[in-house]
Amino acid sequence: MTEDRKLDQDVMREPVIEIKGLYKSFGDLEVLKGVDFNLQKGQNIAVLGKSGTGKSVLIKIIVGLLKPDRGSVNVLGKEVNQLNAKELDALRLRVGFSFQNSALYDSMNVFQNLSFPLTMNFKKLSKAEVKDEVMDALEAVGLADKAKQMPAGLSGGQRKRIGIARTLILKPEIMLYDEPTSGLDPVTCTEINELIVEMQERYHTSAIVITHDLTCAKTTSQKVAMLIDGSFTKSENFEDLFDIEHPQIKSFYNYNFTK
Amino acid sequence: MNDKKPGKYVISRGLDQFFIGVSDAYRFTTRFFKELFKPPFYFRETVNQCFEIGLKALPLISVTGFIIGLVFTKQSRPSLEDFGATSWLPSLMGIAILRALGPLVTSLISAGKVGSSIGAELGSMKVTEQIDAMEVSAINPFKYLVVTRVLASLVTIPLLTFYCIVVGLLGSYVNVNMEEATGFIAYFKGAFSSIGFLDIITSLVKSLFFGFTIAIVGCYKGYNATSGTRGVGRAANQAVVLSMFLIFLEEMLIVQVVNWIRYF
Repeated sequence: MTEDRKLDQDVMREPVIEIKGLYKSFGDLEVLKGVDFNLQKGQNIAVLGKSGTGKSVLIKIIVGLLKPDRGSVNVLGKEVNQLNAKELDALRLRVGFSFQNSALYDSMNVFQNLSFPLTMNFKKLSKAEVKDEVMDALEAVGLADKAKQMPAGLSGGQRKRIGIARTLILKPEIMLYDEPTSGLDPVTCTEINELIVEMQERYHTSAIVITHDLTCAKTTSQKVAMLIDGSFTKSENFEDLFDIEHPQIKSFYNYNFTK
Repeated sequence: MNDKKPGKYVISRGLDQFFIGVSDAYRFTTRFFKELFKPPFYFRETVNQCFEIGLKALPLISVTGFIIGLVFTKQSRPSLEDFGATSWLPSLMGIAILRALGPLVTSLISAGKVGSSIGAELGSMKVTEQIDAMEVSAINPFKYLVVTRVLASLVTIPLLTFYCIVVGLLGSYVNVNMEEATGFIAYFKGAFSSIGFLDIITSLVKSLFFGFTIAIVGCYKGYNATSGTRGVGRAANQAVVLSMFLIFLEEMLIVQVVNWIRYF
């Protein structure tokens, strides 16, 4: 049974994230109960699960925003829990995190939102270089004309795109998407899904896509895993996962694709 | 059914939370001093914050300082008149405004205007994950948001305090001039005649303490805001209430210490 809940390890490919026996609780509430998880280079994995099952907690632990109770989290060969602040910052430059609500800086316009992480981390870049980088990133997400706009004036889909552009501007090797299509209409969802695939092809990133949206999971990821009761189901191809007889998996499928 | 688990709290829920809060605030404050001397130094952001804080509070301090100087002089006049001592008004007002009213009025207005603004701004950034976004972009949000604001407050509040003192004395002068036609130079000579070096240093020290308190409390409450928009409102409110309470406490302690120095 426990073996069923562990994800496949593809020994042919280099792992960029390796998680072993991860536990995390908040007070009396145990969220993650011995999670094992692997992400290989160039691979996208969609993580599904009910609200409150700890999907976002998992990716926050990966970037060191939350500390696990126990377990090992190895990202790009570094044990996250053992890094000092400087080492953690160096690792964070290699791991992009796209927030559920985009988390754009309200007080800055779109251009400043993108240039801020660049100028803070690469002080030797000239103004012209920063401008080129920002405009390239904005063009990549199709929003070059919004550079002077404030985040409050953007639509939900545009905010998500700018959030992704801000993350990609640091050229990360791994992308963590926290519910990239939540709260968006089907047309914008499709655009965001295409953008995630395009970004993977363009920047050769590996990614974890946290989502409730099975279309998003199917479009953006090669594998799908489901977090149930604090641990993962076996990592599967999209079709194989839904052959597993489990009420939560069935319920997920039936809600998204009514049989 | 009694669902209270025995031994769940060390003393009681309220007291446990109080001591945990004090410990958190202590760690937050000590972190400020640790981060203060570590690079990178965000000089431009500190200057921006100086303008933000200064400009926000300046109009209100100008009006309030002037009115307080004028009204305090008007209210003190009858008591001094009974003893035929109205000529003491300038020196009385000099002492009152420099020693107590100037620093207190400036800090209370700043607590309301600046403290709440810092609490709400950082609180909003916290609940919308903007602080986390900085952290995952390898930017130290404590250094960028907290250290710059506290430093700006340490620079700006003393400047605003001395500005308030000058404006308060002008208000007082207007009243004295209207009642007795006392000249500008004569009034200020009288006002400064009783003021010593210790009074000026005390005001400076007070304003530094008050400025630090306003900013660190605002930042602490905002940085630790939870529970969505309700949490932002609570952070802004608590930033004002707590900093005002601490300002009065500090005022009392500093006055005790200064009086002890003055008389021994």
